[in-house]
Amino acid sequence: MNSLDQLFVNANAFLLGLLPVWARPWISILVRLSVIAVLAPAIMMYLTWIERKIIARMQNRFGPDRVGVYGLAQPLADGLKMLIKEDIVPRGADRLLHLAAPILSVVPAILLFAVLPFGRNMIPADLNVGLLYFFAVSSVGSYAIFMGGWASRSKFSILGAMRSVAQIISYEVPGVLSVVAVIMVTGTLSTAGIVEAQAERWFLFTPWGFVGCLMFFLSGVAEVNRTPFDMPEAESELVAGFHTEYSGMKFALWYMAEFLESFAVCAFTVTFFLGGWHAPAVPFWTLALLLAIIVGAGTRLAIPVRGAGVLAMLGAGALWGAQPIPSWIWFFAKTYALIFVLVWLRGTLPRLRIDQLMGLAWKFFLPLGLVNILAAGLWTQFPFPLGTAAAALLLIIAGWLLVRANAPQSLQPQRVYVFAD
Amino acid sequence: MIGAGVLRGMGVTFKTLLETYPWGRAILRTLQIPVTDGIFTIPYPETKQQHPERFRYFPFLVYDGTPDNLRCVACKICEQECPPQSIHIVMEKDEQGRPVKAHGRTLPKQFDVDMSICMSCRICVDVCPFDAIEMDNEYELSASDRYEHMIFDKHKLLKSAEYFQKIKPTEAATVDQRLAAKKAKTASPTGDKPSQPSGP
Ligand code: SF4
Ligand code: SF4
Repeated sequence: MNSLDQLFVNANAFLLGLLPVWARPWISILVRLSVIAVLAPAIMMYLTWIERKIIARMQNRFGPDRVGVYGLAQPLADGLKMLIKEDIVPRGADRLLHLAAPILSVVPAILLFAVLPFGRNMIPADLNVGLLYFFAVSSVGSYAIFMGGWASRSKFSILGAMRSVAQIISYEVPGVLSVVAVIMVTGTLSTAGIVEAQAERWFLFTPWGFVGCLMFFLSGVAEVNRTPFDMPEAESELVAGFHTEYSGMKFALWYMAEFLESFAVCAFTVTFFLGGWHAPAVPFWTLALLLAIIVGAGTRLAIPVRGAGVLAMLGAGALWGAQPIPSWIWFFAKTYALIFVLVWLRGTLPRLRIDQLMGLAWKFFLPLGLVNILAAGLWTQFPFPLGTAAAALLLIIAGWLLVRANAPQSLQPQRVYVFAD
Repeated sequence: MIGAGVLRGMGVTFKTLLETYPWGRAILRTLQIPVTDGIFTIPYPETKQQHPERFRYFPFLVYDGTPDNLRCVACKICEQECPPQSIHIVMEKDEQGRPVKAHGRTLPKQFDVDMSICMSCRICVDVCPFDAIEMDNEYELSASDRYEHMIFDKHKLLKSAEYFQKIKPTEAATVDQRLAAKKAKTASPTGDKPSQPSGP
């Protein structure tokens, strides 16, 4: 188990051991860089595939299934198409900025990977200000988007870019506030440190962590402009928003930035709230018993199914005790589960209106984030049952009040129908 | 409850996702949730849709028995009536300019239908007094050259009556009935003019 868990770490160490001492730091950097440089485009390409497949299935379609088995070569074909497509720059556009913007949007998206703890001891760069770095780097993307919209010299682009910037800046605030609670509890800004602190319990399973996780994830979704928060590229109003005037490889770069950022959002949600690379800290017999009870109690199932289910669950629990799954698999599994949720949201929800979008950020998430910090304080200051109960109570009351306060007022409370005589 | 609608919607999409896979349908059936058939898409070149019998595309000329025994007498009614004028007919004539007859009928020397103009309106079929032209259901006709491949000449248009019976049994049966009735009328001595048009 340990060798599999530390497979990449050991391989790296072994490779470096072959080299002279002076070369080791440089080669080490090179190895990390090249891993990210290979991983990022591969992740992005297959994210498009996953998204298209899932959305298609949700709409009773097949999705890509022509190129290769299950359409697995489709992303390659698309990449090739993008490469050889004509690159059109609108007349009157600022050519330099038009070229620089997509590059500037991809660079921070890739840079985000530097502080991701992919597994135990597997982090490209363990910065002690990792969290700060995450917020600093991810906010560069809004410059790129505005740059692209401005440089295109098209009204759709500029409107899309303006909306996008407004949205990103608004949602950064609740995003940061939801993580402040994590910083308070763990006392560290290092992403690896935050994951270490969740060995005993994922933050998702605390009242403030649950609210914080939802807020962080939704703000992240909004920051990367994805449905239901995809105002900047609302097709029905803005053609394609800030990348209307982009084609060919530059367009592919925008796309790549978007997908890498959504991967990063999911990965950082996992890191901050879902225990990072930790397996769920559940004693195996609890898990087995719980699952067995759930399956056994399902009155809708046939008796033999229930019996087999109980046995299977007990077996799963026993296997669980052996901790067979390497940490990096846990990390990727959780991240891809969140990506599924992301796509699922896209497959289900229509787009929000711009005022609803801003209202959600400023009138709901922002106050809730502030209350959440207080809840996290209560949770840390008081011993177990008291602190948790107080935090939960506080959050429930605050949530209820906020929902009440934000409920749309009906303009005509009573409509009186008068029938003609 | 706030968000209940969102959750219900997500439930619907997730169920649809499961329904498209056999194992997903199995899970849903075990949970005794009613399932639909899943994917609607027909992967076209591999599987083809079963067309209804009345599906029509472009016209063709019917012959009985051998291809020279075609029903068309080159009366040019369809050429006149075709709205986009996609039919072009030249009657078979000898040197003196008299119509040549075969099997007791005049016949077209040239019968071209421009398939890239035809709009599948079926008017030619309706107006033909001899049931000589019918609608085909062949639709895989894409070609690279419009003049080479999309203008169908007489030989390309000629198809047997059996073929017609095969692709459209009901319609062919009514047509055959009508033709038989007409034949009986012509054969009987009391019958009036033989070439009375019989509308469909
Ligand atoms: S189907 Fe209509 S358009 Fe086509 S040849 Fe007949 S009359 Fe002309
Ligand atoms: S109307 Fe019928 S018989 Fe007359 S030319 Fe057309 S196909 Fe031939």
